[in-house]
Amino acid sequence: MAEHLLQANKLCCERERRILFRDLDIALDIGEVVQIEGANGSGKTTLLRVLTGISDAYEGEVLWSGQSIKKVRAEYQLNMHYLGHAAGIKSTLTAEENLRWYAALTGRQLDETLWEVLARVGLRGYEDVPCYTLSAGQQRRVNLARLYLLPAKLWILDEPFTAIDKSGVAAIEQLMSDQVKSGGAVIVTTHQDLSSVANVRKVSLG
Amino acid sequence: MTVLGVENDKIQFSVLGIFKAVLVRDLVIAFRHPSDLVNPLIFFMIVVTLFPLAVSPEKQFLAQAAPGVLWVAALLATLLSLDMLFQSDFQDGTLEQLLLSPQPLYIGILAKVTGHWLLSGLPLTLLSPLLAFMMFLPSEALPALMITLLLGTPVLSFVGAVGSALTVGLRKSGLLLSLLVLPLYIPVLIFSAGAVQAATIGLPIIGHLALLGAMLALALVLAPLAIAAGLRISLGN
Repeated sequence: MAEHLLQANKLCCERERRILFRDLDIALDIGEVVQIEGANGSGKTTLLRVLTGISDAYEGEVLWSGQSIKKVRAEYQLNMHYLGHAAGIKSTLTAEENLRWYAALTGRQLDETLWEVLARVGLRGYEDVPCYTLSAGQQRRVNLARLYLLPAKLWILDEPFTAIDKSGVAAIEQLMSDQVKSGGAVIVTTHQDLSSVANVRKVSLG
Repeated sequence: MTVLGVENDKIQFSVLGIFKAVLVRDLVIAFRHPSDLVNPLIFFMIVVTLFPLAVSPEKQFLAQAAPGVLWVAALLATLLSLDMLFQSDFQDGTLEQLLLSPQPLYIGILAKVTGHWLLSGLPLTLLSPLLAFMMFLPSEALPALMITLLLGTPVLSFVGAVGSALTVGLRKSGLLLSLLVLPLYIPVLIFSAGAVQAATIGLPIIGHLALLGAMLALALVLAPLAIAAGLRISLGN
């Protein structure tokens, strides 16, 4: 059997005595985008949390390059970015402080590219104000800046388009296309059609 | 360590680096929200101040009650401050990021608990001489009070963090947290208050301190493991 970048075998998950998904198989290779679809409450976020390894409450297995993510946790987490449901930023800190903290967590130092990236996500002039003064969309953009700053093979994005304006959506789609072209892969949940991204495969839940 | 696809040269696994990053961030956040910082201290002061008013302002009585009152107040103040440890990180999603960090979680947790102690236990210790004076604690017992607080409050922070990690995902976790943590606080309370009591009548306290030191060493080594497991359980659901 060929090794996929990320592979989920026979995933089964239940919450509050309700089965969210059963015998779910997902295989993701380099150069692919998997879009997870489903109605509200169908378990999209739960599935992503299982795939990231945050959640342990499931049956089945998740493999990273053929090895269980529980065994290669550090290597998997170094190669994976997860943009969760919550903003993932501290509102009392500035955009710069938030990103530096995140970089330190992943063992990297940020250089001058930080300013470039903040400008690219449309936050020029907002670098040194606390994030609680930013709008919901701008806070989301701080979080998205992580994708520009720190390369990772796999992106797992939970509703990345929430509160983002039209030009921002186009930028994220472009970013996803670039990621796929440069040898990465993306798993994303969204209700939008990813019209400008090639190689999108859809997985439906529920 | 081989890493697929990521530029290896840019990645440095430095234990000190992550410890510093997490600690500094928590301190910066706390100093931008000074009310969180002052809350436990005010509580500590209020409890100790109300005691003479409610029971008796007599010098002899207060001197006798001082070790117990001061330690109970410090313990409750620490319990009150446990909320700020993981709750807000959980709500804004940064706790998930800490868990997903490729760095050892042990170090990140050690840094968070150290930060908590620097913001709760240490200020309590520094404030205690003032309140001890107010309670007519004999001056020869003052070093004992401060040393026991210095050794005991970090244990309170570590043990409290275990409870806090286990209850972080729950709504209204306050009562459950107290029930979980208070029984584990009792040994610290007994030996600390006992040491201060012994010092007031001139008895040696080295035995008490050795036990407190042993508790601290144990908590320092083992609690982060329990906290990490607790966080994984809380976030895993």
